[in-house]
Amino acid sequence: MKKTVQDIENIRTQTKLSMKNIRIMVCAGTGCTSSKSQKIINNISKILKEKNAEGISVEKTGCFGFCAKGPIVVIDPMEIFYEQVKPEDANEIVEATLNNKVVERLMAKENDKFVERWHELNFYNKQKRIALKNCGYINPENIDEYIAVDGYKALEKVLLEYSQDDVVKIISDSGLRGRGGAGFPTGKKWLFAKQVEGNIKYVCCNADEGDPGAFMDRSILEGDPHSVLEAMAIAGYTIGAKQGYIYIRAEYPIAVHRLKIAIKQAKDYGLLGKNILGTGFDFDIELRLGAGAFVCGEETALMNSIEGKRGEPNPRPPYPAVKGLFAKPTLLNNVETYANVPKIILNGSKWYSSIGTETSKGTKVFALGGNINNVGLVEVPMGVTLREIVEDIGGGIPGGRKFKAAQIGGPSGGCIPDSLIDTKIDYESLASINSMMGSGGLIVMDDSKCMVNLAKFFLEFTVDESCGKCPPCRIGTKRMLEILTRITEGNGKEGDVELLEELASSIKKASLCGLGQTAPNPILSTIRYFRDEYEAHIKYKKCPAGECKKLMNVHIDPEKCKQCGICKKTCPVNAISGEVRQGPFKINPEICIKCGACIEKCPFKAISK
Amino acid sequence: MKRCKGCNGYSVDDKMVKIANKYKGVKGGIMGALHEVQDEYGYISEINQKYLSDKLGVPLSEIYGIITFYSRFSLMPKGKYNIQACMGTACYVKGAEAVIKAFKDNLNIDVGQVTEDGLFSLESVRCIGACGLAPAIVINEDVYGKVTPDMVPNIIDTYRKKEATK
Amino acid sequence: MIKFTIDSKEVEVSEGQTILDGARKAGIDIPTLCFLKEINEVGACRMCLVEVEGAKGLVTACVYPATEGMVVRTNTPEVLKARKTTLELILSNHNIKCLTCIRNNNCELQALAKKFGIKDIRFEGEKTESIYDESSKCITRDTSKCILCGKCVSICDKVQTVSAITRVKRGFDTYIGVAEDMEIAESTCVGCGQCVVNCPVAALKEKDAITEVIEAINDPKKHVVVQTAPSIRATIGEEFGMEIGTLVTGKMVSALKQAGFDKVFDTDFGADVTIMEEGTEFLERLNRGSVLPMITSCSSGWITFAEKFFPDVLNHLSTTKSPMSILGTLIKTKYAENTNIDPKDIYSVAIMPCSAKKAEIVRPELEVNGMQMIDAVLTTRETARLLKMLNIDLSKQKESDFDNPLGEATGAAHIFGVTGGVMEAALRTINKELTGNHIEDIAFKKLRGSKGIKEAKINIAGKEINIAVAQGLKNVRKLLEEIRDGKSKYQFIEVMTCPGGCIMGGGQPIRTAYEKATLDIPSLRAKALYKADEKATYRISCDNKSVKKLYKEFLGKPNSEKAHKLLHTHYNKQEVYVKEG
Repeated sequence: MKKTVQDIENIRTQTKLSMKNIRIMVCAGTGCTSSKSQKIINNISKILKEKNAEGISVEKTGCFGFCAKGPIVVIDPMEIFYEQVKPEDANEIVEATLNNKVVERLMAKENDKFVERWHELNFYNKQKRIALKNCGYINPENIDEYIAVDGYKALEKVLLEYSQDDVVKIISDSGLRGRGGAGFPTGKKWLFAKQVEGNIKYVCCNADEGDPGAFMDRSILEGDPHSVLEAMAIAGYTIGAKQGYIYIRAEYPIAVHRLKIAIKQAKDYGLLGKNILGTGFDFDIELRLGAGAFVCGEETALMNSIEGKRGEPNPRPPYPAVKGLFAKPTLLNNVETYANVPKIILNGSKWYSSIGTETSKGTKVFALGGNINNVGLVEVPMGVTLREIVEDIGGGIPGGRKFKAAQIGGPSGGCIPDSLIDTKIDYESLASINSMMGSGGLIVMDDSKCMVNLAKFFLEFTVDESCGKCPPCRIGTKRMLEILTRITEGNGKEGDVELLEELASSIKKASLCGLGQTAPNPILSTIRYFRDEYEAHIKYKKCPAGECKKLMNVHIDPEKCKQCGICKKTCPVNAISGEVRQGPFKINPEICIKCGACIEKCPFKAISK
Repeated sequence: MKRCKGCNGYSVDDKMVKIANKYKGVKGGIMGALHEVQDEYGYISEINQKYLSDKLGVPLSEIYGIITFYSRFSLMPKGKYNIQACMGTACYVKGAEAVIKAFKDNLNIDVGQVTEDGLFSLESVRCIGACGLAPAIVINEDVYGKVTPDMVPNIIDTYRKKEATK
Repeated sequence: MIKFTIDSKEVEVSEGQTILDGARKAGIDIPTLCFLKEINEVGACRMCLVEVEGAKGLVTACVYPATEGMVVRTNTPEVLKARKTTLELILSNHNIKCLTCIRNNNCELQALAKKFGIKDIRFEGEKTESIYDESSKCITRDTSKCILCGKCVSICDKVQTVSAITRVKRGFDTYIGVAEDMEIAESTCVGCGQCVVNCPVAALKEKDAITEVIEAINDPKKHVVVQTAPSIRATIGEEFGMEIGTLVTGKMVSALKQAGFDKVFDTDFGADVTIMEEGTEFLERLNRGSVLPMITSCSSGWITFAEKFFPDVLNHLSTTKSPMSILGTLIKTKYAENTNIDPKDIYSVAIMPCSAKKAEIVRPELEVNGMQMIDAVLTTRETARLLKMLNIDLSKQKESDFDNPLGEATGAAHIFGVTGGVMEAALRTINKELTGNHIEDIAFKKLRGSKGIKEAKINIAGKEINIAVAQGLKNVRKLLEEIRDGKSKYQFIEVMTCPGGCIMGGGQPIRTAYEKATLDIPSLRAKALYKADEKATYRISCDNKSVKKLYKEFLGKPNSEKAHKLLHTHYNKQEVYVKEG
């Protein structure tokens, strides 16, 4: 049933009211779902029915970000926070809620006190959730709830009150920059697309998030899909496009599912499709699935993929704003960029530009991972320091280990060593230390991690994902990987680091697209800050962090060895010699393949590397 | 089963006809069509490629180039129980090759193939990190360690029995 | 017009042109490997990288649009380093056996390695798995030499719409392959060799018959004869350093005689006979109102194209054999008869501009009395190699004449080698036969030139004939689809597989991409043939004395039963992508 502006307002008022009832919100993002959050929902739902509980509902909601403690359940409107919930806890939770009590054992404890409301947790102290604003508050599969939190109000405002130039001005003045990694001023991008002449234009959304360890866009799409749809419609109005495409990874089935539901619901309400809100503005959105090619996150490759071709990038110019999808003027923005748009329209550009730093406005969502206590999704104002993210938000390094470096930007990014941990997180500051913002993946490494191996890990990914069109990337990254592999296996040669540096700088300059141009970054930055580790691998055939297997010297401590012979039995290559109770066992380094099996199996921890 | 005119005499099933009709005339539709075929059949057969080529007007070579570019599209079917035999150094040294041969003989398929009943497929993979259990194989989510050629028939039987009880 | 500076030189180009266009105008030789104008403009090889003031990073000159006031530098240290490293990387993944390579001294990669003074390859490593595919009768693929420029795929897809090859897999494992990883012979490939003449390296090459031919020449038991296609006389000089478009008929004949061929005949004679047969065939169809439009059938790649893609319209093809096959048949029948030589002892060689002809000669439909009429096809390139091997420099030969009785030809036959030529030749004869008028330049303006599909309406003896001339299979496909849909408005269509006609065939001398972009090679080569036509004593096929004699003494009249048996053929559907067993 197509809705009018008044209809939507009515829904808004009514739903706002109904959302004041008690709602048990269960995180239904991919992470928590794989930890059986759906079962939690089913159980709670069953119990609520059995108890004929009135005025209480259980709903799925988006990512709270505190993935280390998932599955998360929050009781709204009190915002009571429960962590590491199991399906068996359903009864207790319902009981407590019905009786206005809390389940203490499921609550977070900080400084010996239980924290009742989730915003009071240390984890959220320095965060500012704008793109993630609705994640955790609304059921992403219910358009009414989105409308209740002022969803589609921005679109209404734009269609009824603003001209195309007005919108461009708001977005430009807000200082919003592309969140996909490049940080290009969004207002400028919209302006370029608007200025090009043409009856047919397209609006695209890049949901092909492929950096290993990054799940910002996935969470937004799973938790608040309508925000992206609304933003795309606003963009369509601004540049003069009637058709939008969301290019999303097929590996995100829950996000795809939620988007399909959201699009259908929006269409049913007439918020997408023909004559939106009776204004005569048409805009439709279609999904297109990625098929397992990281390079399709690159603008022109993405468009080629939608056009039904191999996802190989094109040289630019012509820029997509001039000649993009199906050779028409096209605007492409990242999911997170779009998620910010409705809020900017509603709250104004001044509000947004008051957050962040001089040149980097607003917030950035990061996927925090690696050797850090609070792995999960965080959103911080630009300008927060890396230290604040690692220590205050991330809760520090587990296991008593030390911070060594953080990798920002995944396979395209550089590492930030401990000496620079007070660097501000914004586009310019990161660039000045030869790092980059990237899409938001932030992997923390402790002192047990080998930086050479890290570079190799990211390069393996790049080599796998290279499209193969241009020689610098296709052959160059492979050659870099071959050199790195030799180094980590103890076959590094004098001059290898210089060779890597030279090759890396040429590949950066000569590659056709961003994948190749940024592929050398992990290598260059690890060489810059951890050159000594490279030299240790090459000159002394040693891995200081003890991670590179082939450089390990597996060694049985004769003092600790109890001569039980378990290691000899375990060894798959018969590298261990000795007889039970006839002296300490010995490992033959020539035969040893450094698989580490004996280290694990030794009951006396007598073996080490 | 439909027989289509001009398709060189091969036939496809109704699901394929539906898929082709859905994407005919859609700009860039070949990608969506390939997704659906992959999801429906677990792989994209030569015949289905030819059918899509004929119906959607995309040259067969282009379709092949697209399938081999994207990781998600597969030319080979996988069995219901996918046997992954580790060929890392440790496993290799401990006789992984003989184990693989035992699977090949028992199932009558080669590495990279699937049995006629669609139950088992065999592939060799890189180190799965279970070197202490060498030779190791993984069947779907189950890990088997210290596998010998003699154990192979029993392992296969376990899965056949599972199927029989369904 | 747009003015910009390149290496401190000011240059002017028109709207829409690129830095590369400007560079070429200014005489600045920016290297390219993957650029092919309008066909492959992809910025893939990165050899043409240049610096543009104010632009982010280096850009590819081949596709970067020229803008007013732009400042371009093509040889800064940064640019040179990027280019050189890219080249080194390509070489590190290349089969560098130049000394035994067919493109030694005619290879664009080799030329760049020389230009950059590459002394050693610093990045040794794994090489991409390669394929050596000899399955085709016409060409061989060797991906160990491929640099993935993509020109072959673009030509096959866009210009020929055959799409026999594609990029397979991605990243370092990418290679050029055939659908389902079959062999090229099982694909839609028509053997035209356009991929070969556009390949900058030796990843693609024609099948080689030089060894067999030399063996035959040296076999005292064999009577070895050779025929030369219309276009060879306009192009073979290039292989000996002569200017493009030099007509070398006489020298060519001398060189071949010197090489030891017992007789040197002219395919053009066969062309004149073709006109007699085909012209008669056409008029018959026109009068009877039977299958029209009729389509010429001398282009081998085209026949395979029709058999693979349009088997339902094969009845539109003329049943007349190609000039090569007609002459081949006459050699082993009439000529053998007249000279008392056992056809089994005749080794018949045809020098053709075309790799597809290598497949034509083994078609069972062309056998006569169970015997293959032509024993070997040598492309222009092979012929040049053969002559050089035998220490013969064609450019230094004196003039000689073809041997008779199969050596006399008219000007109409000479222009068979250019697009529109076959149609012109046919019209001249048809017009003369029907009206008695002797018009040599009938409709020629409309039928010459590079337009993909040329049309004309001719009025002959009160009959209006709608004609089309198509060059390049993409254009041919258009016309065939019209025929298939019953919408064709033509009565007579000339088809040439290769854009430009035989002068630009897959067996012709290979020119660099630079030459192809800066010279109008088709026009230059065509001029030579038009000159030969103008110089000719007789310019209308039916005036050819030897041809008249042939009919009088041997065939009776065109389309007679004997002519049908010897000089006509039929066509069959060809299956593609069928796996054996």
